[in-house]
Amino acid sequence: MCLAIPVKVIRLKEGSMATVDAGGVQTDISVALVSDVTVGEYVIVHVGFALSRLDPDEAEKTLKILAQGGIDGLPA
Amino acid sequence: MAYLHEFRDRKSAQALLSTIRNESRPDRDYRLMEFCGGHTHAIWRYGLREALPDNIRFIHGPGCPVCVLPISRIDMARTIASFPGVLLASYGDTLRVPASGGRSLLHSKAGGADVRMVLSTLDCLRLARENPGKTVVFFAIGFETTTPPTAVAILEAKRQGIPNFRVFSNHVLTPAALRSLLLDTTPEKQVRIDGFIGPSHVSSIIGTLPYEPIVREFSKPLVIAGFEPLDVLLAVLMLIRQINDGRAELENEYTRVVTPSGNPEARALVDRVFTLRESFEWRGLGLIPNSALAIRPAFRDFDAEDLFSVSCPSVSDPRVCECPDILRGIKTPEECRVFGTVCTPENPVGSCMVSSEGACAAAYTYGVRRTPDLEVRP
Repeated sequence: MCLAIPVKVIRLKEGSMATVDAGGVQTDISVALVSDVTVGEYVIVHVGFALSRLDPDEAEKTLKILAQGGIDGLPA
Repeated sequence: MAYLHEFRDRKSAQALLSTIRNESRPDRDYRLMEFCGGHTHAIWRYGLREALPDNIRFIHGPGCPVCVLPISRIDMARTIASFPGVLLASYGDTLRVPASGGRSLLHSKAGGADVRMVLSTLDCLRLARENPGKTVVFFAIGFETTTPPTAVAILEAKRQGIPNFRVFSNHVLTPAALRSLLLDTTPEKQVRIDGFIGPSHVSSIIGTLPYEPIVREFSKPLVIAGFEPLDVLLAVLMLIRQINDGRAELENEYTRVVTPSGNPEARALVDRVFTLRESFEWRGLGLIPNSALAIRPAFRDFDAEDLFSVSCPSVSDPRVCECPDILRGIKTPEECRVFGTVCTPENPVGSCMVSSEGACAAAYTYGVRRTPDLEVRP
């Protein structure tokens, strides 16, 4: 139920809507819950609404920890 | 897909599993409850249970909104759907949960009621505009993740002056359920939990702060984690480290999405539209105080409960169904007599077999199933 996926914002539209790219599929979602969304950002989308931004720097940090099996450093 | 497939990488998974094998102590077991059905689904789908050492056990929690919805609320939705001029809409799985007499909203639809599946609350507003002669009732379920979209729909309906849109609110709150699980000291309902894998997208809204008092009060480690398999494995490692060190802290594995304060704008919209219910019934957990949301009187024109004033008595689960104990982690799906035989995803008896993130549906779809004992006679 709470499943949500990362999508890339490709166009902002009227009425707090945005066109996003979800793995090659373009669809329109509402960005009413996240202020000042900009084109190129990644947001997490759930039941047609962006819930939050995805922070690319934090994602990179986590991926680095994962790649070395979680031996050094953990998310803070 | 970016930021999805990287978190399913096999090599990283093998590296993590090796670290977990090295750091987990063979002389004890680790009983970890994943609160969310999203995690339950990931654990089964990616075979994490089998990949991890045997002394690391997952105890499936109640975080599946379809699963914890009590039969009486579905009976109420079926009653509302039966009124002339009503178009009742909800998210897919909700329509399939058997209520009294084994009847679901899909049975209502088959019987002539106008019941529709929607993917978003925006679809409901469209349905209301397209069907001005009907009262469009959104049967709203879900945790903090799913509530803000419902709040936006009600605010939009008010702004656009859509008079025929109503919401039947069944939105529930995660920290209240977590607390209720930990507070219950009934001996037969006791289940030992060493740590929690905390919610992903619920936390994107509420942030990490609401878990602090629970972690402190009950001295249980809690690690907020994403729904991808590597997120779950890293959270398991973080929990094992806490348990080995004797720590009980709140940690966040899902830093790419979850911040301490969450999404205050979304919460402000929810606060404008919704207010706390004194008490609400959860399947498996019973009545929990301050655990659900009702629509504020200021928005009563959009409240289906205000318009229809239906009430249905509390109904017990079918006697053979172990959903209540499965939702509390007391029993596993395989310990239910009807699991995989009478009760299947195609023909569910209990709610845990309906949603793909229900413990029974996940175990049935991805687990190794026992076959019924057949007596072969010559």
